[in-house]
Amino acid sequence: MSKVLTLTLNGREREDAVADNVLLLDYLREVVGLTGTKTCCDGGECGACTVLVDDQPVLSCLCLANALDGRRVETIEALAQNGRLAPIQRGFHEKLGAQCGFCTPGLIMASEGLLRRNPRPTEDDIRAALDSNICRCTGYVKIIEAVQWAAQIAGRAGEADPG
Amino acid sequence: MSGPRNPNGAIGGYVPMIDGPEKVTGAAKYTADFLAPATLRGRIFRSPSSHAEIVELDVSEARRLPGVAAVITGADCDQPFGVLPIAMNEFPLARHRLRYRGEPVAAVAAVDDATAEKALGLIKLELRELPAYYTAETARAPDAGVLHPERPGNIERDVDYEIGDVEGGFAKAHLVREDSYRCAEVCQVQTETHAALADYDAIRNRLTVHCTTQVPFYVHLTLARCLGMDKSRVRVIKPHIGGGFGARTETLNVEIICALLARAAGGRVRLVTTREETFITHRGRPEQEIKLKIGMTEAGRILAVDCETVQRGGAYSGYGIVTILYAGSLLYALYDIDSIRYHGTRVLTNTPPCGAMRGHGTVNVRFAFESLLDAMAVELGLDPFEVRRANLLNAPMKTANDLLVNSYGLPECLDRVERASGWRQRKGKLPKGRGLGMACSHYVSGASKPVNWTGEPHATVHLKLDFDGAIVLLTGAPEIGQGSSTVLAQLAAEVLGVDISRIRVVAGDSEITPKDNGAYSSRITVMVGNAVVDAAGKLRRLLATAAARELEIDPEDVEIEGEMFRAGSQDQGLSFEEVVTAAVKVAGTITVSGNFSAPAEAQGGKKYRGATVGSTVAYSYAALVVEVEVDEETGQVTVERVWVAHDCGKALNRLAVEGQVQGSVWMGMGQAMSEETGYFDGLPLVPNMLDYRVPTIADSPPIEVQIVESNDPLGPFGAKEAGEGSLAAFLPALTNAVADAIGWRATELPVTPDRVFRAVGKSTAGARGPRGRSL
Repeated sequence: MSKVLTLTLNGREREDAVADNVLLLDYLREVVGLTGTKTCCDGGECGACTVLVDDQPVLSCLCLANALDGRRVETIEALAQNGRLAPIQRGFHEKLGAQCGFCTPGLIMASEGLLRRNPRPTEDDIRAALDSNICRCTGYVKIIEAVQWAAQIAGRAGEADPG
Repeated sequence: MSGPRNPNGAIGGYVPMIDGPEKVTGAAKYTADFLAPATLRGRIFRSPSSHAEIVELDVSEARRLPGVAAVITGADCDQPFGVLPIAMNEFPLARHRLRYRGEPVAAVAAVDDATAEKALGLIKLELRELPAYYTAETARAPDAGVLHPERPGNIERDVDYEIGDVEGGFAKAHLVREDSYRCAEVCQVQTETHAALADYDAIRNRLTVHCTTQVPFYVHLTLARCLGMDKSRVRVIKPHIGGGFGARTETLNVEIICALLARAAGGRVRLVTTREETFITHRGRPEQEIKLKIGMTEAGRILAVDCETVQRGGAYSGYGIVTILYAGSLLYALYDIDSIRYHGTRVLTNTPPCGAMRGHGTVNVRFAFESLLDAMAVELGLDPFEVRRANLLNAPMKTANDLLVNSYGLPECLDRVERASGWRQRKGKLPKGRGLGMACSHYVSGASKPVNWTGEPHATVHLKLDFDGAIVLLTGAPEIGQGSSTVLAQLAAEVLGVDISRIRVVAGDSEITPKDNGAYSSRITVMVGNAVVDAAGKLRRLLATAAARELEIDPEDVEIEGEMFRAGSQDQGLSFEEVVTAAVKVAGTITVSGNFSAPAEAQGGKKYRGATVGSTVAYSYAALVVEVEVDEETGQVTVERVWVAHDCGKALNRLAVEGQVQGSVWMGMGQAMSEETGYFDGLPLVPNMLDYRVPTIADSPPIEVQIVESNDPLGPFGAKEAGEGSLAAFLPALTNAVADAIGWRATELPVTPDRVFRAVGKSTAGARGPRGRSL
């Protein structure tokens, strides 16, 4: 069975005919063609497929696309705007939070979810928010630095632009 | 022309990766991300048995299923493959005999995943079961059947040599101790599963393969061989790669099967393995037993070493011979030891084949060595740092097994971590349950003898400069996340004096880039880096000559300051663009080639068969201190902090060096504390990322990196490797810290809570000293 799925994806409303058994992950990658979201494990073990649904981090491999009717979904492709990296992306780039880059989209989306609900996270907050995302390259040290730095620069940008 | 003076600032700083923006925006394309229309989906039918003969394989029904484009079996490829020319005994799809559970038997290409899956269910396989051997011990038993007729006794390689006077050394020693160690099998768990996209052009008989490899050149050779195609008709492209750590330093069956399917189907096939299949493909670090004996003087000077070790290699040869040779050869070149006996045995078993995991061959033996050294230091009442200092090399020198050591930053590494960790003030004064441990390790910066030895230079790169002033660095060296493309771009920018943004790197496309042996043995910075320095120097001279013509002076008199070329300090000079225009006016588009070959004296010796393994241009060195907290109630070990000093010769990119060292140390932590595979009758028990326990961010400590720069004379600007050398030190530093904390010395890895709990329970049951039994 297929349904017409209506959702807001990366700021744009769209409609697609989607079979009931299609995972959000496969919908994003294979129907829409947004391949930034990664498949890494056989389901729910690693966090590489994390996207935001209504600002909350969600594992897109454990979620049926048709369950998201009317919801707001954001993927890694949504964060950079007008040719500028989002603070969390700058953090991962400049502090080397990304080495091979494969877990990076999931970690960035999980971190972005954290910063939206908690703009000034402590190190423990960061560890708690990212403890379902496996990175095999960094040892996580620079990921923590990346998130901390992103929180700082986002905070400064917020002060400069109170509107 | 003046040569490159002081560093131009392109190296030595904290430089973010040149491919970082695409990785943080999701734009970076990995193999599974190429979703072209009309691409067939490939799936593999795998062996349900650990050891069996194929009586009948019937794929006729699968072939008839609508939507199936091709079904292939072992009958479709009779060419064996394997990374070592002397040990090719694996077929992409098993022929006649199955040797491990999960071994590929047949493969399907179909219009979609569901059809491919359904077709797998229609394949019929009849087997005659054979006795299977899951441990080195059972495979070596006198009555054991043989996996490969050309490997009697299931011995892949038996390495046995003695250099110096081992018995004499033990006789003179004040203290001789012996212990046995066991390391579980571990694997890379790189985040991207193995994948390939093969496109066969039936009209032209050409094959293009994108795949998740660290060695596109080896894949190219192997595809041509297994498909019986001329090498010139194959193209291998390495897109972004989601990590490797050695899992992909040899051609895997995945790439070959995908290419065979594409040819059989006459089209394009995408084969993306599951995580479980990636675990089964394996190529991790073998399970290993080590019996080690060391003799030392009262002052801690090592007089003799006897090391006997057995590795469970899995069902096929792979890198096995190299792994067992590394385990012996790199007993040398860390400390000054003359007399070593080494007996290493690599055994073939009915488990997935092992490979060349990060720190190839050296890690488990280093764990044993540094553990025993620590125990002996404690017994002699010596500080573990002092024992290391009593055995330092005096570089430049050659080891007793003919390895060339030109630079040796270990003494400074020791000083730096001793200070940073507060060792002298804190060691022995921590409360029970808390401990400090230290250890050292080292690694090669590129194997001097590549496994495919052809006599060609060790590395070749091209720099292309055209009318637009962009410099394109063409290299076969695979960027796999380790930052090699960034470091190579930095080196080119440094020599040329241009901004790094002028350099674009094209890495790993066999149609465009020069051949490169690949991303393994930490070879790229030194070997390919030196080739870049060579090429960039040539390009610089070419530009100076063009500028001299315009300025009407001699090339030697051109002063180059960044991107300005002047006749003298008062001269207004020529911009980079003007010089490029002048240069291409004469020569057209410019391509220069740069090479590097390891000098003969850095290519090892001939004292025993395989003595070139372990030889390199330069060794990295590391010293490491771990602080742990051990909960004796639960057996839980918590790493509070790690201090590591790594001698990388010269940090071309401090950010990348820190990242590589932290990643290595942390990967060592996984092996030391939680990671291990397991099999039940050959069936993998933990082939997923929940049960195979990779540390999470919640388990991971701060890792403080001290960079030591010993400026190796053969490294580019003095650089050596940074991505492997500090891994091995973590394992023994951890167990040494646990011994310091609770008085129990782990000789079996990983140090999981249940092992600690059982050991502590046992040791408290018997009589023991205030800080434990084995101290």
